[in-house]
Amino acid sequence: MWKQPAPANSSFNDYNTFPLPQTQRGQSSHAHGPVGHTQQPLVTGTSVLGLKFDKGVMIAADNLASYGSLARFRDIQRLHPLGKHTLLGVAGDMSDFQWLKKELDALLREEDALALSDSHPSLSPKNIYELLSNLFYARRSKMNPVWNAVLVGGWDKVKEESFLAYVDLLGTTYTAPTLATGFGAHLAQPLLREAFEAKAGINGDGPLLTQEEAEKVLDDSMKVLFYRDARSINKYQIATITAEGVSISDSKSSDTYWKFAEGLRGYGAQTQ
Amino acid sequence: MALYSQPPMSYTQEPTTAPVEHRFNPYSDNGGSILAIAGKDFSVIAGDTRQSEGYSIQTRYARKVWQLNDKAVLATNGFAADGTNFVKRVKQRLEWYEHAHHKPMGLKSIARMIQTMLYGKRFFPYYVYNILGGIEEDGTGAVYSFDPVGSYEREACRGAGAAQSLIQPFLDNQIYFKNQQPEAGSEKFVPGNLPLSTVLSLVVDSFTSATERHIEVGDGLEIYVVMQKGRSADDLLDEKKLAPGLKVEELGALGEGEGERTFLVRQSLKRD
Repeated sequence: MWKQPAPANSSFNDYNTFPLPQTQRGQSSHAHGPVGHTQQPLVTGTSVLGLKFDKGVMIAADNLASYGSLARFRDIQRLHPLGKHTLLGVAGDMSDFQWLKKELDALLREEDALALSDSHPSLSPKNIYELLSNLFYARRSKMNPVWNAVLVGGWDKVKEESFLAYVDLLGTTYTAPTLATGFGAHLAQPLLREAFEAKAGINGDGPLLTQEEAEKVLDDSMKVLFYRDARSINKYQIATITAEGVSISDSKSSDTYWKFAEGLRGYGAQTQ
Repeated sequence: MALYSQPPMSYTQEPTTAPVEHRFNPYSDNGGSILAIAGKDFSVIAGDTRQSEGYSIQTRYARKVWQLNDKAVLATNGFAADGTNFVKRVKQRLEWYEHAHHKPMGLKSIARMIQTMLYGKRFFPYYVYNILGGIEEDGTGAVYSFDPVGSYEREACRGAGAAQSLIQPFLDNQIYFKNQQPEAGSEKFVPGNLPLSTVLSLVVDSFTSATERHIEVGDGLEIYVVMQKGRSADDLLDEKKLAPGLKVEELGALGEGEGERTFLVRQSLKRD
C-alpha cells in the first residue's frame, strides 16, 4: 500500500526503498526454501563522493542508513578500509554491504596470512576493484544483484598514483578523477568537476587540488546534499588515502543556515 | 457512439488488486556511438569515449574500441558492462586459439566465433551491438557488423549506437554513393575504394556532427586504423596531410607480428 511507482528510466534508485514485507502468505513455507535474492534494497545508504587530489584521493559518505524514508540508523560508517591502501565507499543496501565487508575482510586475512611466510604482494586497489567488478557482474548475471554502488579509492604503490573507480549492482564500471553515486551524481558531481577542472584543466594535466582544497569541496558538496537530499543526514566522514595509507576522519557536521525558511511563502499553511 | 464504446468491465476482466511486480532489470543503456569503414587495404574502426546513463555523464573517457590482435579491432556499443565482459571473453577465446593452433585467429573466423558467442546467450543476450574491423586473410580491409543475438554480415561500412540514425545515412551517401549519380561519361562509383585520408575525414565529420546533434555522443574520439602488411603508412604519419587536432600513435604488434600495423588516432570532441 505504500509502494510508490518505480521511477522511469531507472532500475535502481536509492530512494524508492519502501519496506514492503514480501512474505508469501497462503503458500507452504519451508525452513530451507528457495534461495533468497535481494529483489529490492531495504536499509539503504545514500550518496558517496570521491575526488582525486595532488597526494591521493578522498572519499566522503554520510553516517545514515535509512529504512525507506525513516532515518533508521544514524551512526553507520559507510567507508570501509581494505588493507593499507584501499578504501570502499558504499551506497545502496546496507546488509549487502555488511556481507561484502565480511567476504572481503576474510579474503584480505587470507592474503595477510600468505604474506607472513612468503614474499606475497598485497592486493592493490586495482586488484580489489577488478574482483569487485567481476563479483557484481557475475551476481547481476545470476539475476541476484549485490544491491550497491561502490566507490573504490586507493593508492597504487607500484605506479605511485591515486586510484578512483566506480562499480554498481549492474556490473557497470568506470573511472574518473571525480565520482559520485546516487543523488550525488546530480547534485555534487557538477561541483566536484568544476573545482577539479578549475585547477587541472579539462584534460586534467594541470596541477591537482591540494588536500585542503579537496576537503573544502567535499565539505561544500556534503552540505548541498544535506540541504537537498531527503535521505541524507548532517553527519559525515571523509576518508583520505595517500601513499602513507588510509585515514578516516571522525564524523562531522556542516554549518547550516535556515533563517531564510521563515521568509518562504507557498509551501504550507500560512496566515499571510 | 455508444455502439462503439468499451463493453462493461464485467464482460472483459475483473479488476485485479495484485501488487505491481518490481523486477530487477539487469540492463542499462550507456549511450555513445561507434562506426567502421573498410578500405581496399585498410580498415578504420572508431568510437567516442563518453559513457552515460540517462542524462548523466558517468565518465568522459571509457573505451569502446578494443584491439583484439594484429589484424582485428572490435567496437562495442550498448550496455557497457556487457560490452567489457564480452570483449574479455572474446580475448580469452583468441588466446586459447593461439595456444591450440600456434597462429592468431583470422578475421572471418573471429566474426563467426562472435556470432556463436552472442547466439549462445540468445535467451539472456549481451545487450551489445558489435562492429568488427580489420584485415582479411586476402589482405583486404573488412568490416563485420552484428546485432545483440549474433546476426552478422560483412559490409563496407556500418555505424551503430545512439547516433546510428545520424551516422548511417551519411555513410550510405558517402561510402555507398547512395542517391549520387556519376557525371555523364565518367566512371561508375565502386564502394570500398576511398583513400585513407578521405575515410578519416568522413569518420571525424560523422562524430563531430553526431556530437552536435546527439547528447550521448562527445568528449573524445578514438579511431583505430588497421593496415595491410607492406602498405605504406605515410598518408597517416605525415603531419601535414593530417587534419589539425588529430594525434597518431602506432600500437606495437600484439603477437609475433605478421606485418599488419595498427594505429590509434585520437581527437577531442565537444564536451557539452
